[in-house]
Amino acid sequence: MNQPRITEICSIKKEAENIFSIAFDDPRDIKPGQFYMIWIPGVDEIPMSVSSITDTTKMITFRILGDATKALASLHTYDKIGIRGPYGNGFTIAGKSLLFVGGGTGVAMLAPAVEEALRKKIKTTVIIGTKTESEIFFDQRLHQQGAHVLITTDDGSRGIKGFASDLAKDILEKEQFDGVLTCGPEIMMKKLLTVCDHLNFQASLERYMKCAVGICGQCCIGEGMRVCVEGPVFDKQSLKKFFDFGIYTRDASGKKIKF
Amino acid sequence: MNKLITKIGNLQFENPTILASGIMGEDAGSMNRIIASGAGGIVTKSIGIIPRTGYPNPTFVELEHGLLNAMGLPNPGIDAFSEELQQLTKTKTPIIGSIYGANSEEFINLAQKMESYKVDAIELNVSCPHAKRFGLEVGSDPVLLQEITNAVKQSVHIPVFVKLSPNVTSIADIASAAEKGGADAIVAINTVKAMKINIELQRPILANKIGGYSGKAIKPIGVRCVYEIAERVQIPIIGAGGITDGKDVIEYIMAGATAVQIGSAVYYRDIDVFKKICNECTTWLHEHNVKKLSELVGVAHT
Ligand SMILES: Cc1cc2nc3c(=O)[nH]c(=O)nc-3n(C[C@H](O)[C@H](O)[C@H](O)COP(=O)(O)OP(=O)(O)OC[C@H]3O[C@@H](n4cnc5c(N)ncnc54)[C@H](O)[C@@H]3O)c2cc1C
Ligand SMILES: Cc1cc2nc3c(=O)[nH]c(=O)nc-3n(C[C@H](O)[C@H](O)[C@H](O)COP(=O)(O)O)c2cc1C
Ligand code: FES
Repeated sequence: MNQPRITEICSIKKEAENIFSIAFDDPRDIKPGQFYMIWIPGVDEIPMSVSSITDTTKMITFRILGDATKALASLHTYDKIGIRGPYGNGFTIAGKSLLFVGGGTGVAMLAPAVEEALRKKIKTTVIIGTKTESEIFFDQRLHQQGAHVLITTDDGSRGIKGFASDLAKDILEKEQFDGVLTCGPEIMMKKLLTVCDHLNFQASLERYMKCAVGICGQCCIGEGMRVCVEGPVFDKQSLKKFFDFGIYTRDASGKKIKF
Repeated sequence: MNKLITKIGNLQFENPTILASGIMGEDAGSMNRIIASGAGGIVTKSIGIIPRTGYPNPTFVELEHGLLNAMGLPNPGIDAFSEELQQLTKTKTPIIGSIYGANSEEFINLAQKMESYKVDAIELNVSCPHAKRFGLEVGSDPVLLQEITNAVKQSVHIPVFVKLSPNVTSIADIASAAEKGGADAIVAINTVKAMKINIELQRPILANKIGGYSGKAIKPIGVRCVYEIAERVQIPIIGAGGITDGKDVIEYIMAGATAVQIGSAVYYRDIDVFKKICNECTTWLHEHNVKKLSELVGVAHT
């Protein structure tokens, strides 16, 4: 039944500047790339990707942006939230070597996919790109599990100065990969798509969501593809067909907002 | 021969399954996908004068036998909507522009703009159960409704449908007022006022607390409404509410509907539900030796 299940928060942790993780009890299966609708009673209900998966608990990781994420960050252990889902499809993780490109908070939802790749003994490289050093998170976690982690910052405060997509382009020219998996600003992902024409390419998109079950039409992209059902992860073939990918999104009223 | 062909006034529908307002009808891409998936017609999301973000989430929850929503009429406003309609693929599938307003002036303004965007008919949403000032406040007052229907009719050249709410004492009286106002067809029903409380948290789930119930649970209410309306008005009725399979369509047609609208079944049976339901109707007609669906309109009235 698609209605919120009430669950208690097991832990809450600050990951970086303005970035928090919340873990809660949920024994259901969820695939890397899938998401929950998180209900913060009295505030809002918002989509959040899973950022860590165990049999009994799941985690979400988010940046404080507005009311809902501010309220989430101020919750405590044992506070109750509602969760529905898991929703959407997930990443397909296959091949001998994969490149993950996470821009901003995008690395949050890539992390469980990276971990699944490592469990499958896939050679895994991760690029984490942020504006500045204080926004970097999950680099230690992924490095410790055996991923090759590279960092870019816009201001050069850590790692290579520049955009994650530019570093990805350089690496793709030098090394062999079977696929690229990405989540981050849409413009970044669109740039990346143009240099991945010969590769398996999967990108996770964000759109304003209300029902999350494919009926309200709020989250549609291209010819009526529902990011909540047919996405949020789309492959190269689909992305190329979306005339609006990287061009505009829509606000809560359905009005177009150019990137 | 196409057993399912349906006519409402001069408008011809290849089959009687029309996408209901508010489901996948907010942007051109979605509407194109629904047309391609076999709907006989589509109704756009209800559009108002200015953009509306709708209510905060949660706006949707699934219940045991139906769906509960309080979207709060989110829409980009009539001016931005012209772009969406321009981008619709050219087809024979009739497009019905749904509008909501607070008074005659707003309805006239919206209807004229919709007509200029080349829709085939207008649907007046006077029945949203959870939008303050708009919706039900217009649709439960027969005098006001007749006045608004008449005003819109005078100002456009395309057919005008009026969509009614079951949340009134006598839906037949309201339908009759719409007919007197010059409506070309009645659409019945919109969602039924309802509520869900989460007992764990001791609070309503929907941010708006009260919402509109749709899907299987409301079918008997819809069938009753169509039946009652059919006893009172001469104009065609488009049935809606809980239609999920071919037999549901047949039932509504027997109650007096000429065509039907389908909303929640997109959730229950996915986007190709229109094709599935049409196939089920055709099979039923074949098995029961009925030549045309239209022969069954209103047969349950004896
Ligand atoms: C499938 C999916 C997975 C996501 N996963 C994550 C994640 O793992 N970590 C993370 O930090 N963020 C994630 N987001 C984005 C996150 O949902 C929004 O940033 C969040 O809703 C902001 O809410 P707010 O009230 O704090 O901000 P607001 O001030 O309300 O809004 C800020 C911006 O957030 C977006 N937003 C607000 N409400 C919604 C909504 N209902 N649906 C979609 N976008 C909304 C809008 O773009 C808005 O402009 C995801 C979004 C989607 C669609
Ligand atoms: C998510 C959702 C949004 C809706 N939005 C509108 C709307 O904008 N305008 C309208 O006239 N009806 C709206 N409705 C009502 C439907 O058009 C339809 O009348 C109702 O759901 C009953 O049909 P069903 O049981 O087939 O869904 C909405 C229904 C749902 C479920
Ligand atoms: S959020 Fe409603 S269709 Fe995707």
